[in-house]
Order: sequence, then structure tokens, then C-alpha cells
Amino acid sequence: MADIAFLLLIFFLVATTFDVDTGIMRKLPPIPDEQQQRQQQDKQIKERNVFEVLINSNDQLLVEGEPMDISNLRENAKEFIANPRNKEDLPEMKVKEVPFFGQTETTKGIISLQNDRGTSYEMYIKVQNELTAAYNELHDDLAMQKFGKHYKKLNEERKDAIDEIYPMIISEAEPKNVGGN
Amino acid sequence: MAKFRKEGKKEIPQISTASLPDIIFMLIFFFMVSTTIRETQLMVENKVPGATEVKKLERKDLVSYIYIGKPKRQFQDLYGTEPRIQLNDSFAKVDDIRDYIATERKQLDESERPKMTTSLKVDEDTKMGVVTDVKLALRKASALKINYSAREVKQVY
Repeated sequence: MADIAFLLLIFFLVATTFDVDTGIMRKLPPIPDEQQQRQQQDKQIKERNVFEVLINSNDQLLVEGEPMDISNLRENAKEFIANPRNKEDLPEMKVKEVPFFGQTETTKGIISLQNDRGTSYEMYIKVQNELTAAYNELHDDLAMQKFGKHYKKLNEERKDAIDEIYPMIISEAEPKNVGGN
Repeated sequence: MAKFRKEGKKEIPQISTASLPDIIFMLIFFFMVSTTIRETQLMVENKVPGATEVKKLERKDLVSYIYIGKPKRQFQDLYGTEPRIQLNDSFAKVDDIRDYIATERKQLDESERPKMTTSLKVDEDTKMGVVTDVKLALRKASALKINYSAREVKQVY
């Protein structure tokens, strides 16, 4: 009896795979209809508010017009989003009423990402990962400063408040096709 | 003074093995219930890239999968070595995604449809071209919540 049970047990032990699915969550923009398209054309975003990241078909990065190594991307993105020294060429701040924080400066910076059709998926995920990490670190720093807790451990309302100060906007432009397919 | 210790010599009693089968059965049931036998057979190479900022996909019943990668060895004669899309159990074209999403959406409860997530399981050697086409198809099918499947690693570069 026990032998059979053991046998079955071992079979299921071996057959079980706890494959937890993990990944980077993103939200795609909806296809704009004509009216929205016209509105978007009117709405120009200032150059200083855009952090431009380009990846070419050789997996090289061009950030704000300068070639960059992937290892520096996170720090640069963080500096851009937070703009700690209120530099002229970094994004504007907009004072807004945020729950828990009162009147606070919120960033208007957005990240624009464009890749080539020949970019490798591995590199694309690396860049997405670094950009997410930049936002996550900023969120975490702010959570620590304000609430003394990690961002992950906050309740939804507090998370939303922090998201409002550093809103994560990564806009993806239609890829180029320079490197061929 | 109260007595705490009993007199006489103490012996460790033998552990009874009578309950052993029960314990084993309990374990068996646990593993039987938690085992998920993969229902789709992977026909493409699928080694997802590593990332540090990953999140867990919570509700698996709300997730539909799209696999992209090079066809596996045994399919290469038929389908070549260019990255291909796999939906359910067969290779598909970009145009098939719309129908796939529609069927997946129909299977869900009305109230849960907005929460539907599409997990893109893309092999790390794939070029972005095909991924971009898939993303555009998903936007057209208004399946906007996506998840780039990635393994959790400590360091990426």
C-alpha cells in the first residue's frame, strides 16, 4: 500500500512544475480614431519633456542624441524623470494637489522609445527593464521618504499618489526599418 | 512544591508508522491537485529573456499566450528557421491573432473581460519586427494589457 503511494508520490513530484509566470507588464495605446488623431496633432509636447531613447538594428542605444551604454540608462532616466536640480533642459514640474502629499511638484517628463525592426528582443526587454527600474526606484525612494515603507508594501491609494507624482509614461513610436528584416 | 517531573525512567516511545500512508496520501493529493500538465505543445524555441523588474502574473485564467520564436528542429523542414507565431497548438499568421483574441475573450466572464492579459512569450533571439506586428495586431483587437514574459534574474548586464 505504502509502496504504491510512494510511487505515485514520486511521479507527481517529478511531474509537477511550478512555473510561475513572470514578466514586465505594459499597456498598449489604443488605436486612435480620426478625431483623437487630430487632437493629438494639435497637442505638441515640448522637447525638454521628452526623454528620447532609440535602439538601432545593431542593438546600440542613442539617448537624447548621445550614444550610451545600457548600464548608464537607468541613472540617466532617473535624473531625467525626477529633475532634482530643476535644470532648464530637463522636464518641467507642474504643481498639483496630490492626496497625502498636498501641493506637490509632479513631473511632466515622458519617455519616448523607438526601436528598429531589426533590434533584438533581448535588447528591447533590457531597455524596457531599465526604464521600469528607473521608475520603480524613484517610486521606492519616495515611498521610503514619505511613508517609511517600501512601495510594494503600500496600499493602493498611497501607490496611486506616488504614481501621480512620477507617472510612468513610456510612449513607443512606430519602429523604423533601416536594418532590413 | 508541585511536582513537575514524574518518577521512574523515561523511554522514548517508538514512533508509530500507522499514519504514514495517510501522510503520503495527503502529499499525493497535494501534488495531484497542484500539477498542471501543459496542454499546449511548444512548437517554437522559447527561451524568454531575463529581467530584474518582473511582476508575477496573478490570475492565470485571464491570461492568453502568444508564443514567438524559431520553429523547433522537427518543424524546421516544414516551416523554416524564421521566427514564427504559435497560438494554441499551431503556427499562425499575424492576421490570426484577431480571431484568437476574440475566442479567448468570449470564454471569459463579461465582467472580467477588461482584465484580460496577453502574455507574449518571445524567444530572446527574435528580432523586433515580428513582435511589432503582433503588438499592432493586439492593439487592433483592443487587447491592450500585455505582459512581456521574462525570467527573474539578479543582474541583466
